[in-house]
This record gives sequence, C-alpha cells and structure tokens, in this order.
Amino acid sequence: MSENVIYSINGPVVKVKDTVDFSMLEMAYVGKKKLMGEVISIDREFTTIQVYESTTGLKPGEPVYPTGSPISVTLGPGILRNIFDGVERPLKTIAEASGAFIPTGSNVDPLDKEKKWDVTIKVNVGDILSEGMIYAVIPETDLIEHRLMVPPKMHGEVLEVKKDGQYRLHDTIVKLKTPEGGIEELSLCQRWPIKQARPVKERLPISIPLVSGQRIVDTLFPIAKGGTAAVPGGFGTGKTMMQHQLAKWCDADIIIYIGCGERGNEMTQVLEEFTELIDPKSQRPLTDRTVLIANTSNMPVAAREASVYTGLTLAEYYRDMGYHVAIMADSTSRWAEALREISGRLEEMPAEEGFPAYLPSRISQFYERAGYMKNLNDSEGSVSIIGAVSPQGADFSEPVTQNTKRFVRCFWALDKALAYARHYAAVNWTQSYSEYVGDLTKWYNKNVSPRFLRDRQQIMALLGEEAKLMEIVKLIGSDVLPDDQKLIIEISRVIRVGFLQQNAFHKDDTYVPLQKQLRMMDIILHLYKRSKEVIASGKSIQYLIQSGLYEKVIKIKYDVSNDHLEKLEDYFTMIDETIAGL
Amino acid sequence: MGLQYLGLQQVNGPLIFLDHVQDVSFDEMVEIACDDGTKRMGRVVQIDGERAVIQVFEGTNALSLKNTRTRFLGKPMEMPLSKEVLGRVFSGAGKPIDGLGEIYASKSMDINGQPLNPVSRVYPRNYINTGISSIDALTTLIRGQKLPIFSGSGMPHNELAVQLVKQAKISEGDGKNFGIVFAAMGVKNDVADYFKRSFEEAGVMDRVVMFVNLANDPIIERILTPRCALTVAEYLAFEHDMHILVILTDITSYCEALREFSSSKGEIPGRKGYPGYLYSDLASLYERAGIVHGAKGSVTQIPILTMPNDDITHPIPDLTGYITEGQIVLDRNLHQMGVYPPVGVLPSLSRLMKDGIGEGYTRKDHSDVSNQLFACYAKVQDARSLASVIGEDELSDTDKKYMKFGSLFETYFLSQGFDSNRDICETLDLGWNLLSVLPREELDRVDDEVLDLYYDHDRAVTMFDLRDAAIIQEMKAAGR
Repeated sequence: MSENVIYSINGPVVKVKDTVDFSMLEMAYVGKKKLMGEVISIDREFTTIQVYESTTGLKPGEPVYPTGSPISVTLGPGILRNIFDGVERPLKTIAEASGAFIPTGSNVDPLDKEKKWDVTIKVNVGDILSEGMIYAVIPETDLIEHRLMVPPKMHGEVLEVKKDGQYRLHDTIVKLKTPEGGIEELSLCQRWPIKQARPVKERLPISIPLVSGQRIVDTLFPIAKGGTAAVPGGFGTGKTMMQHQLAKWCDADIIIYIGCGERGNEMTQVLEEFTELIDPKSQRPLTDRTVLIANTSNMPVAAREASVYTGLTLAEYYRDMGYHVAIMADSTSRWAEALREISGRLEEMPAEEGFPAYLPSRISQFYERAGYMKNLNDSEGSVSIIGAVSPQGADFSEPVTQNTKRFVRCFWALDKALAYARHYAAVNWTQSYSEYVGDLTKWYNKNVSPRFLRDRQQIMALLGEEAKLMEIVKLIGSDVLPDDQKLIIEISRVIRVGFLQQNAFHKDDTYVPLQKQLRMMDIILHLYKRSKEVIASGKSIQYLIQSGLYEKVIKIKYDVSNDHLEKLEDYFTMIDETIAGL
Repeated sequence: MGLQYLGLQQVNGPLIFLDHVQDVSFDEMVEIACDDGTKRMGRVVQIDGERAVIQVFEGTNALSLKNTRTRFLGKPMEMPLSKEVLGRVFSGAGKPIDGLGEIYASKSMDINGQPLNPVSRVYPRNYINTGISSIDALTTLIRGQKLPIFSGSGMPHNELAVQLVKQAKISEGDGKNFGIVFAAMGVKNDVADYFKRSFEEAGVMDRVVMFVNLANDPIIERILTPRCALTVAEYLAFEHDMHILVILTDITSYCEALREFSSSKGEIPGRKGYPGYLYSDLASLYERAGIVHGAKGSVTQIPILTMPNDDITHPIPDLTGYITEGQIVLDRNLHQMGVYPPVGVLPSLSRLMKDGIGEGYTRKDHSDVSNQLFACYAKVQDARSLASVIGEDELSDTDKKYMKFGSLFETYFLSQGFDSNRDICETLDLGWNLLSVLPREELDRVDDEVLDLYYDHDRAVTMFDLRDAAIIQEMKAAGR
C-alpha cells in the first residue's frame, strides 16, 4: 500500500488522488502538522477531505493518515464546566499550552487524563449488564452526578470490579465477559461518533414544559422538555440575549451552549456571567451544569459544521443518564452557511441562494435528534433544542428560516420594530407560535392552575384584537374609536408593557415564577373586566386612565418581588376600590 | 529557494496559473519578476497537483505567458513590525510610501493572524468617552468593541470618524498608550487627504499608523489592507500594551474587491454575487478586535461602511451587523435637516454597553436614561407617522407632547456640532431634562425611585423656556 499524499488544496478542502483507503465520514489527519479533517466524498479518482483547521502552509505531497473511525467525541467526567471548540478540544488547555491564539495542529486530549475522580461502583461480580446500564457514579460537579453507562451494543456478565476509590479517566474499573466469550474493559469514558444519534429504547410523548421564567415563553409560546424551538431575528433583535436568558433560567438539568460562528466576546460573556450567577435551585454557580462549545466566527469554518453535532452528542450522553438537557445553538444560520461554503468549494450544484440542496435534510436531522426519551437503562431524559436563526436582511422567507420552520414546533419570531423600541424580549406575538400548548395542557392544569391556559387564551385574543384596531388607529388616530375599543387598546398596552416586556437586568423581573405569571394575568384580566363594566355604565375611559390604575398594574413586575407573591392579592382589592371610587 | 519558473500557463483577471510547480505550500507568497525589471508580489490561492493558482497583488497588467520569472518565497505574507511604525504611512500591501525608508523590523508576523481563543479573551467593560451625546448615552463605545458606522454616500461619516479620534478619551495614562491605526480601502484621494490633514491638525499624527489603498489601486492589495492594519494593531496592543483604535474605511470597497476576486477565480456566488464565504471573511477581520488576558492593551474597531442605496439589508451591512457588537447608523433625513452627527437613534445599538455603563463606569442612572429615551423616541416615530396621515392638529394631547419631545430631542441632544465635546454627566442630565418634558406617567421604563430623583417637569419647563420661549408656551397651553 502506497502512502496517501495531498494532491490539491483549495481553502479547507483537500483532495487525495488514487486511493481506496478512506471511508466516508472517516476522520483523517492531514499533513505533517496532523490537522484534523473529515472525508466528505470519495470517487475512483479523488478522495475529498474537509480540514477543520486553517490550511495555510500545507503542501501537495504531504501525507494524509486515515484513522479508521468517524469523527468521535470522548464522553466521560470532566465535560461539564468545560469549554470546547467544535471538535471537542478543550480551549482552556489549548490556551495554557499555546497562549492567546489558537495554533493549527494542536493535539490535546478532550478530557483531563490525569485528574482523579471519586468513583462509586454500582455493580457486583456476577451481575448481568446490558447496554446503557449504570455501572458506577461520580460526583462530576456539586450539581450533577455523572453516571457511567455500558456503551450501546455491549452487554455481558461482570467478571471483575475495582473497589470504590479514585480513578483516572482511562483506568479500567469493571471487566465484562460478553456472551461471545470476549472480555470488555470499562473505564471512565467512552467514545461516540458525532453524526450518529445515540440509541434509546423509545420516544415518549411530550408532556412537560421547559419552564424558563420568561413570561412570553412560558405563557404565550411554551416549549416542552424534548421540544424544539427556533428564534429567528435580524441583528440586534436580541437572539443571543434570549438564548442567554433561557440558558440561565430554564429548568433543564444541563445546558449545552453552542456558540456556532458567533462573536468571541459573547462566549467570554457567557463564561464570565455563568460563573458569577447562582442557580436558584441549588445555590451553585451555573457553570456547574453548563458545557460551552465555542466555534467563533473567525475559527475554521469546517469545525463550525461539526460543532452542532458535537453539542448534540454530549447532550444525548447526559440524557442517557436520565437528565433533561437543553441545547442552545447560536446560530444555526452560521452552521448552514458553513455547509454552503464547503459545498461551494466542492463545486456542488447550488439550490436556493447558493445553499446546497441537502440543506433541509441536514436541518431536519439536527432537530429530530431532540426528544423526550425512555433510555436504554429505562430512565427518562430529554434533549430540547433551541436554535437561533439569523436570517439575511431579517427576511424570514430565506431558506434557512423557512426550512427550520418546517422542522421545529415552536417559533419565536423576533421583531425589529419591537427591538428598536427596546421592547425585550422582542418576540412578535402575531408571528410566533407554539404547537406544544395542546400537549402541555394537562401539565399546566395540574401543576399551575386550570385558569392558566384560559387566561392565556384571553390575552392572546386581546392582543389579536388590538392588532386589528391598530390598523385603524394608524390611519385615523385613536381619538375616533369608541370607548370600549379604546379600552382594548389600553388593556393591550398594559399586557404589552406590563406583562410581555421583561427586563433581563432587573433582579426580580429577570426570572418570574409561574405562579406570579398566573396572578399577573389574573390581575390584568380582572382590571379589564372591571373597566368594561365602568364603560358599559356610560362613564368615559378618561376617568380610568387618570386614576393611574393602568400604570400601577404595569409596574407590578417591579413592585412585587418574587418572594412576596402574597402582595399580588392586594391588587384585586385595590382595583375594586379605585373603580368604586370613580 | 533559488528555483524560478519561467513564463506562465494562463492569466485571468488578477490570477495567474502556473504548471509543473513543486514544493509549493498553500497561502505561500510569490515574487514575480517582469522583463522590465519590476517586481510584483502574489499569493498562492489554490493548488491542484502540479498547478498553482496565484493572485497578483499589483494586478496582471502587461503580464504575458512568457515575460515573467516566478519565485516562491516559502512563507505566508508577513508584515515587518516595530514600534517605529507609529507615525508612518504604508501602501495597502504594507509597504512604506512616505519616503522615510523601510521599517527596521524587530519582528514579523503573518498578516492573517490566528483565531483568538475565546477563553483568553477578557470581556470588554471599560467605556470610551467620545464626547458625542448620541453615542455616549445611547450607543456607548466600549474598549475592545467593534462598532461599525453604517453610512451612505454623501453623509458625514468621515467627519464623525475624525471627531471620534479627536475626542476619544482613555481615562488612565497620559495618552501615550493610545494609538490609532487607520486603514483606507478604496477611498478617494480627497478623503485620504482629509483624514491625514485632520490628524495632523489635531496633533495626533505621531500616534497614527496609516494604510492607504486608493480607489484606483489594485483590488488584491485592498484585500490585504485591513489584514496588515490589524496585524499592526494587534502587535501594538498585545506586545506594547497600547490601546489601539482601528478605523477601517470603506468596508464596502473591500467587499466589492473580494467579489471581483472571487468571480475571477470562478467561484459559485452567493447573495448579490458576493462569495458564500463573505461572512467568514468579514469575521476574520472584525473578530480581531478585543482584549486578551495578560496584555494591558486593547484593539477597538470602528469599521465604516457605506450602505449601497442606503439599504441596511444589503449583504454587506447585514453580515457586518451580525458579527459586530452593535452599529451606529447614520440617518439621511436627519442629515438633510442639518443635524450633525446625524445618528439614527432607533436602529443604532451597542451590544456591550450594558456592562460598561452604570455605577463605577459612567453613572448609576445611565441605563435608565438610555432605555427611556429609546422608548420615547420610538413613540415619537409613531406619532409622526400618524401626523403625516391625519395632520398634526388632529393628534391626541399625548401624541402632541411626543412630537414636541421629538423635535427638542433632535435639536438639543442629537445635534451638537463638529467641535462640541460633551461630558458624560452633561449628556445624561440633558437626557433627563428632555424626558422631563413628557408627563411623568409616560416614563414607564424607569422605577419610581429613580424618577423621584431625576424627573423635574418644572426644571424642563424653565430650561427649554430659556432657550425657546415659543415651545413652552405651547406646552403650557397643551396641558399643565
């Protein structure tokens, strides 16, 4: 067998001539520096490899080494709190080794090999283990217990176990005898190819919301655990802010934050902020439950494509342990553009706007890896995906937004006009939707109140009516409307400013418990009901406006702190008294 | 590396093709000697077996298939660096053109740079006082930020850039650690001249490094210009602990050069003919702004771009906006009304400002003022569009107050003139005074405690009464 050498180089695309040594999607090391790459097409004449690092300085004739396995990630303790690049190289370790800039060809271990972990063994000699079963646990962070599982497709009888104690990543702690008579050694880690979904027993129906304390999300357009959502919006509309808020406050056990082709400073911000922020449930820093995957816009484009799969695989691994994982992918458009860039270099026939024709199938493969699952070890876990979309020119008809819309069930459309008015979260309530409301009805009725979704319906109806009235107001002004319609506009303003708008920098308003959301809606609707009565009795709406009631209700979000929810009850009497005194 | 290749295989636009080459590396520099004794530089952009594709920086004018000798230099494009670069003027490809001789280099660096490790970044928090109210209060410039100016042909973006350079204040140190790297890409002769003259008049020329690629210079050089400039900026910031403000103008010319170059390579075009990798390419420039752990300096970028046909959804401003941390948008209507600087407040944004303002940086009430000003000014637009349909007289009282607020805001707050340098406290107080023109219940973005402290309708009445009696008469007639 002759050595494989580089024939041609064009940006991140490298071709090898006349070889049959490579298989599709196999990982390869390219050149003397051993740059990481992946085989993306093979024919009789050329094998094409996309290189995940900058190819500057590469020469034809340099060797290319096949590795025999597809691009895989190492799964084991030490993933949490870490920050990786798109192919699971720990950026902190790279920084320690080579300084502030990322050099090419840096070969570092994904996880710390030397660190000793406190391992508690959960099996005994003679136990029969099947795939996915937990054989040991490790307290990975104060929040999360890391459960070591038998890798998929492996089972057998326990032959030998080590004692509880401290072990390193690659130490063998359990030996299995397989039915075929072979011996499998189980250590603290396993590997898994990133483009392949980890197997599960079955997909369970969706029934629990992912509660985030963001009013417009929880109330109007809820997302479920195991669900998918897209956040499209032009630049400056607050996509990243929204992703940060969800990552901080949503009630998932683990957050995987993928910064895909976005700003470096944003990743730094996440790093700094999450270390300072304390998880309200456990009083531990949020980083204890967070993994960051950073492939910023100036890092090699091919690794950007891999980063979303790396994130997904890490998420599925923790799901298999029985955790609820939420993935924030910011932004999927950059990932799609990476596909387009590589496709262009391969001179493939472009479809819409230069994107490759396989864009929809790639997007669907990505979102379909979300779900609420029954795992191989019978535990339940979920992977929820929240993907930001950055449509070109804020035009939602572009291919990435349109195709994403087909595969997600929750759509939070961010609106430039709202963002310009500094109305955050700038989710447009007429364009957004959530298909999960039906699935979650039972949960809301049981755990919050049967009123919750009824209130939601009324609020939606009011906002819808306001939208219609605003068309008229835009043409002829609000003065000509009859009082009952003016009331709708006034109440909708209370809903918009007092309820939908949420201040992420206010200590109480940044996270609002469901009970407070419910009572706020109750108060607003109560106000609407009583105001309607006043107007029906023939009084002018001016009296109501001058009473200052609306302003008081708008300021509830600031005036009532989250630990004094009982104060909300006073508002009902306050409204009644003020209206009686008119 | 004595090997020279005689002649060429093919010439196409700025590209030349060479066959039977050996031991060439990707992105390597090439020197092309012509028969007339001149030398040109080039770069390998693609290798196919023994065929190399080379882009020639100075253009392929007068090159034929046999009159050249090509030599491969064995290394990527590097920029010679030393602290002496301050005060010098370079061509777009990094060659000194001020007649003061070559740079005695203490180091040379690859102009493409390497991606900055996000872990090594320091989140930018320190604000830069620009003395311009609309920027300081509403879109605060943060050290280490990349904040572009979206302008259009005929608008005063150059004046604004000069004013920024003149007034930008780094609070600590005596100003010796502050420098400017100025890269002009495809600018008109007059404009390059204007900048140079302005820097000299402001007495800052010894702290400026200029790169000039004029509108009629070769486009390949234009692609190198920002990279050379940023390499110098990184060197000064991270090795000499200086705070560097990089001004890149005009990014639109740069992108057009990239498009021209891409189409001559025969690449598949994306939107509006720009190459599909335009985003990654721009990111490789913009992301070179920042602060790193262990270095005291910083690189702040102000790229200036002219939006073709004032269209903010054009791919260049669009992709820029996705990478940069906010944008300052100039508004043609304001410009026509004589407002300088004509900063369009609503579409402008500084993403990093929320962490660089407030107590310890500017003033505690800063974010309250700016949020409320944004919200109120947005309502002004609603009132105006309504007024344009039904006439101003038919507006409700509240809307009339907003109309008044809007014009006061534009006259007193936005418009400040080329030579006026406003202190941050002055700017914020002015903001409160303007807000106090409105009824208190309209200020719904601010806590009551803050309003108690700063809201003073009577003061606003007297204040604007002093300046403009007519307005206040109307205000009084209208309500209070």
